[in-house]
Amino acid sequence: MSVGTVIDWLAAVALVSGALLSLAAGIGVLRFPDVLDRMHAATKPQVLGMLLLLLGLALRLRTAADLGMILLVGVFQLATAPVAAQMIGRAAYRSGRVDRSLLDVDELAGDPPRTGE
Amino acid sequence: MTGRTRRRAGTSPPRLGRRRDQLIALGWLVVVWNLLWGNFSPANLLAGLLVGGAVLVFFPLPPVSFGGRLRPRALLRLAGVFVVELVSASIHVAAIAVRPGFRPRGAIIGVRLRVRTDLNLALTAELLSLVPGTLIVEVDRDAGVLYVHVLDVRSPADLTGSRDRILAVEERVVRAVGSAAELRQLTTEPTEAP
Amino acid sequence: MTVFLAVVLTVLLSTTALLALARIYRGPSLLDRVIAADLLLATMLGAVGAEAAVNRHATTLPVLVVLSLLGFVGSVALVRFAAREEP
Repeated sequence: MSVGTVIDWLAAVALVSGALLSLAAGIGVLRFPDVLDRMHAATKPQVLGMLLLLLGLALRLRTAADLGMILLVGVFQLATAPVAAQMIGRAAYRSGRVDRSLLDVDELAGDPPRTGE
Repeated sequence: MTGRTRRRAGTSPPRLGRRRDQLIALGWLVVVWNLLWGNFSPANLLAGLLVGGAVLVFFPLPPVSFGGRLRPRALLRLAGVFVVELVSASIHVAAIAVRPGFRPRGAIIGVRLRVRTDLNLALTAELLSLVPGTLIVEVDRDAGVLYVHVLDVRSPADLTGSRDRILAVEERVVRAVGSAAELRQLTTEPTEAP
Repeated sequence: MTVFLAVVLTVLLSTTALLALARIYRGPSLLDRVIAADLLLATMLGAVGAEAAVNRHATTLPVLVVLSLLGFVGSVALVRFAAREEP
């Protein structure tokens, strides 16, 4: 078994586990009862799943020029996913879409924030 | 975290620091430009300088001053712990998603960070959004408080645990990029709930 | 191996896309739909990347770069709109 074959198997493992995590994110987004819970599903398994799929792609292509571009996609994902998530979380809370019966503690309730628009 | 809310009146860094920040940004833009083209060549470097310069002139960045210094060892530790936490958090949330008939309970907790610089707030918030069961709902910039939604809370002990984990993330961020004064703040500031 | 891999990945990613579509259909609020649309776009990103990986070609890499940025701009724009429309 050559080195290339081993790397291809590793790539296959990364691709399949990435797709599995994406599927779990999909299940979470459909099943979770609340906007914030759905955000959890959409930010964490989804981001790791995407990174694993990109890793699989990088392991299959194995050329420097392509690696640079894949790295960029990964960095964009890591940098932008939390920003979008925070904006959605804030909009959800401010528009009162959060189901308070699902919260044990809410330390934001009596303390309205003073920043933002 | 839009550009408008990130900008704070009266904290513009000295002119020299601003120039240095812009140079660093220009360097990043040139690297990104070359990665997009797929190789580093003199022509790409020149074009990257032109495009990056144009971006900085026409779309100026809000001044986020960087007062500390980079510590490679702590930076590596930050990255390593982040990857481990990202994997474990993803598996945790995925397991909750596929467990039949399970309704997770959540909580929103406020955590006061010990170092209140914009950079530290932004970096900690960014990392927190991606690691164990935490999601930023609201940021109070002036007080330096992050309001965090925690998924899958079962007991009050879980809340204390989450609070400790959040402060641990902050500590790793400060140890990686903070200044010496910020490091001291880390050990002297009390860590009570807001 | 590549055929088997292609089938598995297609099944997994298509199911994810269908789940996201179901959440877009059911709503109930615009924010839920933004989250699901984000997931749908990320799944497409994954599918394009997986196809490139299975067939070992790099022609669609620029598409990945554009998609990864477009999704962010799209959701931020929609959320700002949502924040204003639903006070």
